[in-house]
Amino acid sequence: MTDLLAFAAGIASGAIRVIDLTHTLAPEFPVIALPPELGQCAPFRMETVSRYDAKGPAWYWNHLSMNEHTGTHFDAPVHWISGRDLADNAVDTIPVERFIAPAVVIDCSAAASADPDFLLRVEDILAWEAEHGRIAAGSWCLLRTDWSKRAARDYANLRDDGAHTPGPSVEAVRFLVEERDVLGFGTETIGTDAGQAHLFNPPFPAHFTMHGKGRYGLQCLTNLDLLPATGAVLFAAPLKIRDGSGSPLRVLALVSA
Amino acid sequence: MTEQLSRPTRRNPLARTRLPVPLGGPRSRAAQGLTQAAAEGVFRLQVCTVCRAATYPPRDVCPRCLSGELVFEACDPYGVLVAETRIDISGEAHFRERAPWRIGSVRMDCGPMVVAHLHGGVAQGQRVRMTLMLDKTGGAAMVALPATYGDVPPDDRVLREFTCDPKFRRVLVTDGRGSLGQAMVTALREAGAAEIFVGVADGWKPFGGEAALRAQAGVSPVVLDLTDTQSVMECASQIGGRVDIIVNTAEHVRAGGVMAAQGVSEARAALELRSLGLMRLAQGFGPIMRMRGADGVDSACALVNVLAVHALMNWPEFGVASAAEAAALSMSQCLRAEFRGGGIRVLNVFAGPQDTEWFQTVPAPKVAPMVLARAVVAALRGGGEDCFVGDVAEDYRARLAANAKALERELGA
Repeated sequence: MTDLLAFAAGIASGAIRVIDLTHTLAPEFPVIALPPELGQCAPFRMETVSRYDAKGPAWYWNHLSMNEHTGTHFDAPVHWISGRDLADNAVDTIPVERFIAPAVVIDCSAAASADPDFLLRVEDILAWEAEHGRIAAGSWCLLRTDWSKRAARDYANLRDDGAHTPGPSVEAVRFLVEERDVLGFGTETIGTDAGQAHLFNPPFPAHFTMHGKGRYGLQCLTNLDLLPATGAVLFAAPLKIRDGSGSPLRVLALVSA
Repeated sequence: MTEQLSRPTRRNPLARTRLPVPLGGPRSRAAQGLTQAAAEGVFRLQVCTVCRAATYPPRDVCPRCLSGELVFEACDPYGVLVAETRIDISGEAHFRERAPWRIGSVRMDCGPMVVAHLHGGVAQGQRVRMTLMLDKTGGAAMVALPATYGDVPPDDRVLREFTCDPKFRRVLVTDGRGSLGQAMVTALREAGAAEIFVGVADGWKPFGGEAALRAQAGVSPVVLDLTDTQSVMECASQIGGRVDIIVNTAEHVRAGGVMAAQGVSEARAALELRSLGLMRLAQGFGPIMRMRGADGVDSACALVNVLAVHALMNWPEFGVASAAEAAALSMSQCLRAEFRGGGIRVLNVFAGPQDTEWFQTVPAPKVAPMVLARAVVAALRGGGEDCFVGDVAEDYRARLAANAKALERELGA
């Protein structure tokens, strides 16, 4: 029998560190940029209902509005057309056990710093495994690029021909799903896919292939540089939105000190 | 004589800011005909449909033939200044503050004798051109200008009372990302604005014209997103006390009607920006502007809404956008009442489709952003509060006045 009280004591004592991988939800945080004639991702907005005033003398509270894919957020399989017919494909029906899982972190920060269009390749994953061991089935695979440390404009990195941000190659996504059976893929960038992934075949592989196979996405993560390559456990539970395609969430990593 | 206006000196921070003092009392319903003419920047007087006599001041019965059939019509605006009076002492607090103040009696070529405020460039015995302008509290006032257009120095202190000239004033253009906002900045620089703040939302997204906008002298980009309450309040907290004129250039134009819109997300975005955005702007900047409406020749003076003329009647081809414009128009009417006591004019500038990417498939005539921007400046220099720019907007106004129902059917055909 697992001793959960020992686990709690470990957190209380600091033997298990809790690392917040979440950006603060704020109006100015960039969201995915699409051609303006398409439907847009609503940014985070907060309207005060009352703040110890005539609308509520002793209490402060706000109305919030945002898209399901605003800020640090979770992508469910139903988000993409390839995952639309899968069972348990929305945030309210995904088995809750999936929300607590180990994570591996592939550090590509140096390469991404040198090339904003850096793509994670299969050989990068194999090289990582040669050092850290094979990625266990059911793990989150997190791509560290240190993109979260950039100021907003460099973070979105939009140019005349679209966003230039790192992500996985088509082959790497397929490898992670088919050969390593990962739970999902997580990034620091606005999307799980590279900024130029609309030009890939298939377009947006981290969406098309991951979600088509019932896997999940995490994006706009931060503090990945505080995680070990292996050994962290993520707590990443989206809001229980009926038929929700995703959700902003608090992503916590548990790491042995 | 009109003296050349020099850049006002900085305020003494220990001195109390002068507050606006109301001018005159309530007007009769008949007198609101003058208000309407002044608001639109045209010169009209009451004319008897029976004996054709023009009359002033407005009344219910023709003083010549006793007919009750009086209508407001465009009249010859010229006349002669037959007598001039300088007010040095007045029982009216408004005039006491402004003394000495010149008024005079003008014999109009079209008949009536009119008492008018006098531009510094006119003298007793001279021919004058009469204009109707709105005073700080929204009432119509007769202002006598020099008879030839070229002889009207805009620096005149009387005109500064009745207009919202951007010269030496500090202006906030709410959206510098679009072509209208950028044209507005150029037009305001031409007009001699002291400083131009230009709002930029989503600074992480590059936009066309950005480098040129940021490089202009006298132009200060500020973070401002009208869809974000925190952004508006933050901006107001930083520059609110220094803004004399706001020109709201934020646009959200999308083609399409109501039923085919696939939900309300697009409409919500339009209403957020156009209607609630105006509300946020007013809540953030309005209270302090209203306190500064009489603060010298460069006082706070105007909130300009650039509105699609389809605010006045829905154009189903851009039906949702029209509805959002109508909501913004309604909001502006409320703001007029709230700002009036503070000496701030809410100027609505109506335009037809602009020559921009969102009206790409709409046939000409369209309004070039620069033309619209210069029209805004001209409207600020005028004495009105409703301005129509371009052929489409003028045509819309005429058709609306002639038969609103016909216009509704024609737009929906």
